[in-house]
Amino acid sequence: MAVVGQVLQSEWTKIKSVRSTVWTLGLALVVTVALGALISAFTRSNFKEMPLSERVNFDPTFTSFAGMGLGQLAMIVFGVLVVSNEYSTGMIRTSLAAVPQRATFLFSKITVATFTAFVIAMVTSFVSFFVGQAMLGSHRTSIGDAHVLRAVIGGGLYMTLIAVFSMGVAAMLRSPMLSLGILMPFFFIISSILGAVKATKKVAQYLPDQAGHKVMQVVTVGDDAPYGPWGGFAIMVLWVVVALAGGYAVLKRHDA
Amino acid sequence: MIELQGLTKRYGEKLAVDGLTCTVRPGIVTGFLGPNGAGKSTTMRMMLDLDRPTHGTVLIDGQHYRQLKDPLRTVGALLDAKAMHGGRSAYNHLLCLAQSNGIPRARVREVLDTVGLTAVAKKRSKGFSLGMGQRLGIAGALLGDPQILMFDEPVNGLDPEGIHWIRNLMKNLAAQGRTVFVSSHLMSEMALTADHLIVIGQGRLLADTSMADFIRQNSRSYVRLRSPEIERLLDVLAGAGITAVTTEDGHLEVDGTESAQLGELAARHKLVLHELSPQQASLEEAFMQLTAESVEYHAHSAPPGGDPRPVAGADAPPDAPPDGGAAPPGGGWGADWRKKKGS
Ligand SMILES: Nc1ncnc2c1ncn2[C@@H]1O[C@H](COP(=O)(O)OP(=O)(O)OP(=O)(O)O)[C@@H](O)[C@H]1O
Ligand SMILES: [Mg+2]
Repeated sequence: MAVVGQVLQSEWTKIKSVRSTVWTLGLALVVTVALGALISAFTRSNFKEMPLSERVNFDPTFTSFAGMGLGQLAMIVFGVLVVSNEYSTGMIRTSLAAVPQRATFLFSKITVATFTAFVIAMVTSFVSFFVGQAMLGSHRTSIGDAHVLRAVIGGGLYMTLIAVFSMGVAAMLRSPMLSLGILMPFFFIISSILGAVKATKKVAQYLPDQAGHKVMQVVTVGDDAPYGPWGGFAIMVLWVVVALAGGYAVLKRHDA
Repeated sequence: MIELQGLTKRYGEKLAVDGLTCTVRPGIVTGFLGPNGAGKSTTMRMMLDLDRPTHGTVLIDGQHYRQLKDPLRTVGALLDAKAMHGGRSAYNHLLCLAQSNGIPRARVREVLDTVGLTAVAKKRSKGFSLGMGQRLGIAGALLGDPQILMFDEPVNGLDPEGIHWIRNLMKNLAAQGRTVFVSSHLMSEMALTADHLIVIGQGRLLADTSMADFIRQNSRSYVRLRSPEIERLLDVLAGAGITAVTTEDGHLEVDGTESAQLGELAARHKLVLHELSPQQASLEEAFMQLTAESVEYHAHSAPPGGDPRPVAGADAPPDAPPDGGAAPPGGGWGADWRKKKGS
């Protein structure tokens, strides 16, 4: 039996020693912060022209997270690459010969990648918040205000879970191209379209990203979702658990 | 020691490995021979528990692969040379393998040195040549200092020097008492390296024999005779106590008698001979004949299942090392070897 501590150490070496990891995570941070800052600055200068309803329901915290829509794509790439690189390079055979217990192998890899993503995601969320608030000027909120800290931590958790969900999907599909080809358009376009159309809105609010958004919001006026911030977060966690279970089922059954 | 018991693998309709039962013993190099698509790689993947057998089991020193604690310390394998992340340096590739099996970091340097990759240890393996990739794969196999080593076509694509290096490495490993299991589709290569042979074709066991026995059984050189007076020739030979076999195309084949002696005998009886030629076949041909029925992917111009034409002195490959290694003696080929094999 493989010793879990050894396998965790090995997976950490794997993550550190390829460039794609460093640049996808770096990109997630930079894109999210920069875009959030830009949109926050833009919002401040156009605040007076905004319709009254938007001004009343203005959520400075969520506004500073505006870069996450794009930044999450880099998290998706990270999650997909970390898992499917094994398949696309043929490394999987070497890896499984070294660690034949497939659950130990997969979950050690996912644990290490999740922890790495978590650290970057939290940094991204906090930096986005503070930079965004600075840009918002007089429209800013403070980390000490009600629910704001929860939303900022929620932003980090959301980004982390997006990466973990992608790991599960990649373990199921085993191909980086296929996984990215499904996940990227889904999270970037399809989900928001489904959420905007009246007919599909009721269902779309149970999609992982839309449910997960709730925990990052402070102002939720006019939102008729039947769950609170942590309820939404729990729905997202459920999606992640299902994806990971599916990924493990495929790895367990499949010939390497 | 590796024991295969009724090992079977089916991919959909395709039976890739069919009830393979054999034992791979320590202290010798065991050659695993078969034509393309015979099921060699599939068998090796099942040994490492990468592919699940449809039936049957593989036992490594009496245990299933997945029950081994730190498997790299028991079994080292080179499957395909490119089973690594090209973006990772040679050093880090070996380091992550070492860590997963609790192998000390210092060992990584050692094996890099053994395979001669120290100078490029920090380079990404993407830029490696075929031979360097193969060496890195071998370093991975040696990493845990295992008692059992498996190599799937290790000499593929290597230059003569690389081939020579791997050949000696395998022999040295076996001489240290380790189990060395190496696949190939070249009999000539195996003749220089292996002490024991396991031959498969279309997933089935065709032969499980020592190399020495294989050579002995297939090294019966003979003399081919052709004459317009075939009946009288047969009588003369019989009179001299020499047995001859008549082939389908009307030749005679004579075992164990020098061609000079046969020529003189014919002259004494004023017999006209149209051909008097000593014949020797390569081991390669013996192997081809053995696997002929099971070869899946024939080249259209030269079906190996046809009449094998013995070629004199073609038993050593052109790239044989200067030291000759375990080169077989002049291999010959017997018309009835197939019966002897009972295949
Ligand atoms: N994953 C797979 N799915 C379907 N068929 C497979 C798979 N792997 C191998 N096969 C088939 O099983 C048979 C045995 O293949 P295998 O690769 O084991 O042969 P081999 O003896 O290693 O051949 P070679 O000398 O060409 O390497 C082939 O007919 C191959 O097409
Ligand atoms: Mg093969």
